[in-house]
Amino acid sequence: MGALELSAQIQAGKIGAVETVAKYIRIAKNSRLNTFLAIPEERVLARAKEVQDKIDAGITLSPLAGVPVAVKDNISTEGTETTCASRMLEGYVPVFNATVIDKLEQAGMVVIGKVNMDEFAMGGSSETGYFGAVRNPWDATRVAGGSSGGSAAAVAAMEAPMALGSDTGGSIRQPCAFCGVTGIKPTYGSVSRYGLIAYASSMDQIGVIGTDINDCAALLEIISGPDTRDSTCVTDAPFAFGKENAAKIKIGLPRNYFNDSIDPEIIRAIFMAVKVFEDAGAVVEEFQMPLVDYIVPAYYALSSAEASSNLARFDGLKYGHRATEAKSLSDVYTLSRSQGFGMEVKRRIILGSFVLSSGYYDAYYRKALEIRGMIKEAYNQLFARYDVILAPVAPTTAYKLGENITDPMKMYMADVYTASVNLAGLPAVALPCGFDAQGLPIGMQLIGDAFSEPLLVAAARKYQACTDYHTRKPGVPNL
Amino acid sequence: MQIDNDLVTYLETLSNLTFTGEEREIVKGDLGNILNAMTHMGQIETQRVQELSHPVGHVNVFREDEPGLPFDRERILQNAPRRNSEMFIAPGTVGS
Amino acid sequence: MKTKWETVIGLEVHAELSTATKIFCACVTRFGAPPNTQSCPVCSGMPGTLPVFNRVVAEYAMKLGLALKCNIADRCKFDRKNYTYPDLPKSYQVSQLYAPICTHGSLEVDAPGGTKSIGIHQIHMEEDAGKLIHDGGHTFMDFNRCGVPLLEIVSKPDMRSADEAVAYLEKLRETLLYLEICDCKMQEGSLRADVNLSIRPVGGPLGIRTETKNLNSFKAIARAIQFETARQIEILEAGGVVTQETRRWDDDQGESYSMRTKEDAQDYRYFPEPDLLPIHIDTAWLARIRETLPEMAHKKRARYIRDLTLSPADAAVLTGHIKISFFFETLAKKSGHPKEAANLIIGEITRLMNKTGILPENLDIDTDKLTTLITLVLGNKINRNAYKDATEAVFLHDADPETYIRERGLLMVSDNAAIEAAVDAVLATNPDAVASYRAGKEKIIGFLIGQVMKKFSGAGSPDLIKELLIQRINETQFIQHENGNG
Repeated sequence: MGALELSAQIQAGKIGAVETVAKYIRIAKNSRLNTFLAIPEERVLARAKEVQDKIDAGITLSPLAGVPVAVKDNISTEGTETTCASRMLEGYVPVFNATVIDKLEQAGMVVIGKVNMDEFAMGGSSETGYFGAVRNPWDATRVAGGSSGGSAAAVAAMEAPMALGSDTGGSIRQPCAFCGVTGIKPTYGSVSRYGLIAYASSMDQIGVIGTDINDCAALLEIISGPDTRDSTCVTDAPFAFGKENAAKIKIGLPRNYFNDSIDPEIIRAIFMAVKVFEDAGAVVEEFQMPLVDYIVPAYYALSSAEASSNLARFDGLKYGHRATEAKSLSDVYTLSRSQGFGMEVKRRIILGSFVLSSGYYDAYYRKALEIRGMIKEAYNQLFARYDVILAPVAPTTAYKLGENITDPMKMYMADVYTASVNLAGLPAVALPCGFDAQGLPIGMQLIGDAFSEPLLVAAARKYQACTDYHTRKPGVPNL
Repeated sequence: MQIDNDLVTYLETLSNLTFTGEEREIVKGDLGNILNAMTHMGQIETQRVQELSHPVGHVNVFREDEPGLPFDRERILQNAPRRNSEMFIAPGTVGS
Repeated sequence: MKTKWETVIGLEVHAELSTATKIFCACVTRFGAPPNTQSCPVCSGMPGTLPVFNRVVAEYAMKLGLALKCNIADRCKFDRKNYTYPDLPKSYQVSQLYAPICTHGSLEVDAPGGTKSIGIHQIHMEEDAGKLIHDGGHTFMDFNRCGVPLLEIVSKPDMRSADEAVAYLEKLRETLLYLEICDCKMQEGSLRADVNLSIRPVGGPLGIRTETKNLNSFKAIARAIQFETARQIEILEAGGVVTQETRRWDDDQGESYSMRTKEDAQDYRYFPEPDLLPIHIDTAWLARIRETLPEMAHKKRARYIRDLTLSPADAAVLTGHIKISFFFETLAKKSGHPKEAANLIIGEITRLMNKTGILPENLDIDTDKLTTLITLVLGNKINRNAYKDATEAVFLHDADPETYIRERGLLMVSDNAAIEAAVDAVLATNPDAVASYRAGKEKIIGFLIGQVMKKFSGAGSPDLIKELLIQRINETQFIQHENGNG
């Protein structure tokens, strides 16, 4: 049962909000996937009761009222520990809610817990967190993808009907692909970042994960919209998606993404999806994606630079980990940070400090900004020709836990299909589009021009109306 | 690009981090590989390209100069590892 | 031949803006509040928080830029300056490096050798840091000041002496006060200056400079410049090389010491602030701000001297603070007597302000009431003493001048017959004084005036009484003379 249908039943009085939440808490607590980092059970149940009372009082909340939602642990929740899966923030309890959390609550949704991720959202496998790796629901020896691995795995394993994640270089889309669920990385500036603990501020964007595009679209309607607390949230109004299908759209297919560095089974799945769209009336045309070799270097130069600055505030003085043995101020800084951050976070801080440092700024940081300008311009030209670009999400399906963790370059290169979307601030939808020979999900993404979410949602809806990949579940107990 | 110890030490200082010997070797290797990949960016001509530091093209997002409600001090200090009832406490910065 | 040295000085001035709220959040900026009671998740740097820019900060910067004849950028943006210190909760300061709001201005200052134009390199907007209190080996962190808006005004190295530097600062302070964008209280840190100084042989290439910080008064700045000038000349004359460094001034010791040298200078890793969008200033916005600019002090002075025929000294006093000049202009206009208004402010009002410790910005006195008093005194309805007393009553207690005068019977007696009778009575009972006066001790007239005044409880016109006294003394003299001849 999808989230919209679940809410409809709760609002029709067929199921209770409290019993629904209690059931998900039970499942989540018994998870073998290391998805949840915090489940404040009493608060959650009390919250579900409040929602039930409102529903009983006849108050109209939203089409997702009563639905439990798992929240990535880099989104601030007042009164509930928010750690970014880092020792640095172990025990940190925010004194304010992220704007999206306020919006979820206004819509009558119930945050059931905080979910695991790569430390500070840096990683593509949800293995870099201090509290251990998230496991893939389809094969627990494999990664869930990342950095929103806990969000995607929780939805895939039906530990939560819906989840919030964040996407800086592919962190919603790639775990969705690895876990076989649907997700939307919205246009930069359409969802408030207030309360999202920053990794790379000019690319971070909160997005949604669910079992199908309709659930995702409904949740995006709730969390999107302007916010006086985020200057970069420039949208005028929340999204309001219609019910229309997008049949006669023009789709661009980046020919040069399909080479020997991508799993042939993924190529096959994508071309099958092309066929689905063509059969539904779309026109698909191949093109040469420019600048592909520059995407990953530019993305890592810029995101690491911003991260090095964003994470400098974790100094052991105001919140988070403080090395107990530190005596001097400089010891508090260096020991707290060296103990509090894991290796991947340190690597990126060091890299970011390097590209911004005197003597290297022009060759690395400024150069990356120029390349970013070129990428944005390239997308502008592409969207003059196409409504949507159909692309793979990742070059592989979910790999084994530990397989790539010691090879950062290999991990970074795997962001090649996703990161350009963040550099340009564009929206993209990740959809399940098949399974490989090992039964692991394959995902694809539909990329649109800025604020073209209604079109992307319509295209995704069309695709899911013609396929059933999104309905398949891993072998875990059904609800 | 060859990453020497001096550079790693400099970056540690900038970043307020300190690496163990083992970590330092990992970082040197990784940073070298990553920077080699990045050096690749130098090959592209960007003379006439506009830098893009932000994907949003909007300008002039302001707030008015109007006071908000005061925030409870206890909540500001709540997560501090060392504090008193009014302030955060750090080791002395004078004379060190 | 001994080398003739020249001191080259540039100043970096930080002015805290007197906005109601901080630059990036809605916390108030009142000075002296209990620690951390004027901070919020944004200015205390909590994870996940974001800045939203206060429009008025840009407008204050535009005002100063216009007053200092700067080029106002049509587009500017913020950058992050990265360094870690306990007073900086985000470990970066939001500032402007790559595209500041104002550039290339100048300020005419009244330097010892005459008027001199000091170049303004740039003005940029940034956030202030917090306050640290050091005690017992600990550092206590108060974030109330974090995020208070600052303008950093960077001069060109155009000053050549401590006197010129102080003259520049005085002119800059006057400008900030006239624009009403900064209260310029150095003791509260709302105006701060760092000195960049180098020495060169006259006409030679620029020398290596040092930066001196922690200067809390104009006097300290002058002393620090003299100290640093002497220190660098001594090094150069001994054949040494000045080290590029940052120095800290110790006002008690009267000397500075090195804080850090160029070798360990900080690498601030500036980059565009991704949480804030650029500011575009169009001509309409700039024109609106231009309309709000007040007449500046030097123009007011010239106008007071030319149109109101005030002396240059009086004009200078009245334009010393914009609130005083506004007060003067209002009173001059209402009373129709600029000279009397000027005299009242420079004399009695200034005395009362000094006595009560009220500062110009806090001056709150009813100019209608003072106008009433000016009209009364100039119309000979009250005497100068009553005028002074009534002014004090208005100043201190907001008294109603007419009631005050009536209740104390201070309205001058204008009934000549009554005064003549009183004069005759006083003359009759004080023959010795009359004799003294006649003998040439003319000062004794004051005593006689006082005696007459007593009869009217001080409400007589001293001028009129004096006139009548002299007239009667002379008349009786004449009568006696007649008698003597008869």
